Amino acid sequence: MIDFEYTAPTQLDDAISQLSEAGDRARILAGGTDIIVQLREGLQSADLVVDVKKIPELTQFEFTAGQDLQLGASVPCWQVYENSEISAAYTALTDAVHIIGGWQIQSRASVGGNLCNASPAADSIPALIALDAVAHIAGPAGRRTVPASEFCTAPGRNVLEKGELLVSLTLPAPGPHSGSAYQRFIPRNEMDIAVVGAGSYVRLDSDGQKIEQARIALSAVAATPVFAEEASNWLAGQPISEDVFAEAGELAKKVASPIDDMRGPAEYRTHLVGVLTRRTLATACERART
Amino acid sequence: MKTHVSTTINGEAVEFLCQPRQSLLEILRDELSLTGCKEGCNNGNCGACTVILNGLPVDSCLVLAVEVEGANIETVEGVAQQRQLHPVQQCFLEGAALQCGICTPGFIMTSKALLEKHPAPDEEEIRFSLAGNLCRCTGYDKIVHAVQAAAESAPAPK
Ligand code: FES
Ligand code: FES
Repeated sequence: MIDFEYTAPTQLDDAISQLSEAGDRARILAGGTDIIVQLREGLQSADLVVDVKKIPELTQFEFTAGQDLQLGASVPCWQVYENSEISAAYTALTDAVHIIGGWQIQSRASVGGNLCNASPAADSIPALIALDAVAHIAGPAGRRTVPASEFCTAPGRNVLEKGELLVSLTLPAPGPHSGSAYQRFIPRNEMDIAVVGAGSYVRLDSDGQKIEQARIALSAVAATPVFAEEASNWLAGQPISEDVFAEAGELAKKVASPIDDMRGPAEYRTHLVGVLTRRTLATACERART
Repeated sequence: MKTHVSTTINGEAVEFLCQPRQSLLEILRDELSLTGCKEGCNNGNCGACTVILNGLPVDSCLVLAVEVEGANIETVEGVAQQRQLHPVQQCFLEGAALQCGICTPGFIMTSKALLEKHPAPDEEEIRFSLAGNLCRCTGYDKIVHAVQAAAESAPAPK
């Protein structure tokens, strides 16, 4: 690996000034499971690596029932699934962080880092989009927020400008009668990259008979993970049935513009969008009812 | 410029100097002569470099050595107590859960972490927890059986 300087600021402002000063020669280190490999393999280069794991705002998270969750950007995957309240409230995210790499990766990799890495096939991003997460960004010009659905701009690229970093994610409190799920298709059981991933969130009416609101998001079918807006909107007011899930799957296919690659041909990926949309909706509804 | 790092490794205070670019794996093997952890892929896929960092299994090739200031690290060298093998080690040995052995230290570390968390895991939990450790020799079944045997022979000493 090429030499670089390392700093681990304990104040957000220090991180911002160090990042601003080094400009595009700086890289942010949270769990390191992507950036260390990218630096080692020459896919990224840096003169300065800024470790953000000592900044309180980035490591904080606290669950209060009925309130939005603020999840620090460097909180590792295991802290999400080991927290019984968070994992029960945000099941789509729990599903996702449990299958990002193996246990060793989950010990380090953060949800915020998975978002920033902006892989089209990232597991946590469809879950974040389905759960309507909002990213809090801080930088030299102050603070701003960006919906998770707009955070990634191209493969490996995100909205962060020079000197900016992701501080935390807000996940809205799941309403009553709501449920969510994330699933991906891979040819093995674990430790693989999604051929297609789908996250669904639903909120049902008080009888648990009808869908009041839904959000579906997909990964590995476009340059960035995508929100399936039309399918999501169409679901509002629909009864819970296999036919409805299947129709939503058909509508979700409209936002898929997959490529052919070694993980699967485009046609197969499009087919999987239908299957996974159906299955995640069914699971989300089932979870919403219990 | 080299950075000074103080850690605890296998219960002993250890200090070393490292370059920011050096991984924990490099320092363990090349500076501290703890060659039990292996470099398989050097990119987080194989788990041969697994060590336990603050109670959790991690790929030491994906940790910068500068990041472990103040941390508590366990490597395979510290698993046996005096001449007493850990139940996981004993069961790997008795169950022939290794062939070439390059993956073994990593499997031992992940298995030890698993049993400390779930003293009685079922087969699925074992396979799921060990998914980040690859073995190209054994076909895994003997490894899974060894971990099951270790769980049964518990209480596993910490
Ligand atoms: S050498 Fe670290 S995971 Fe393979
Ligand atoms: S025993 Fe050879 S790789 Fe596992």
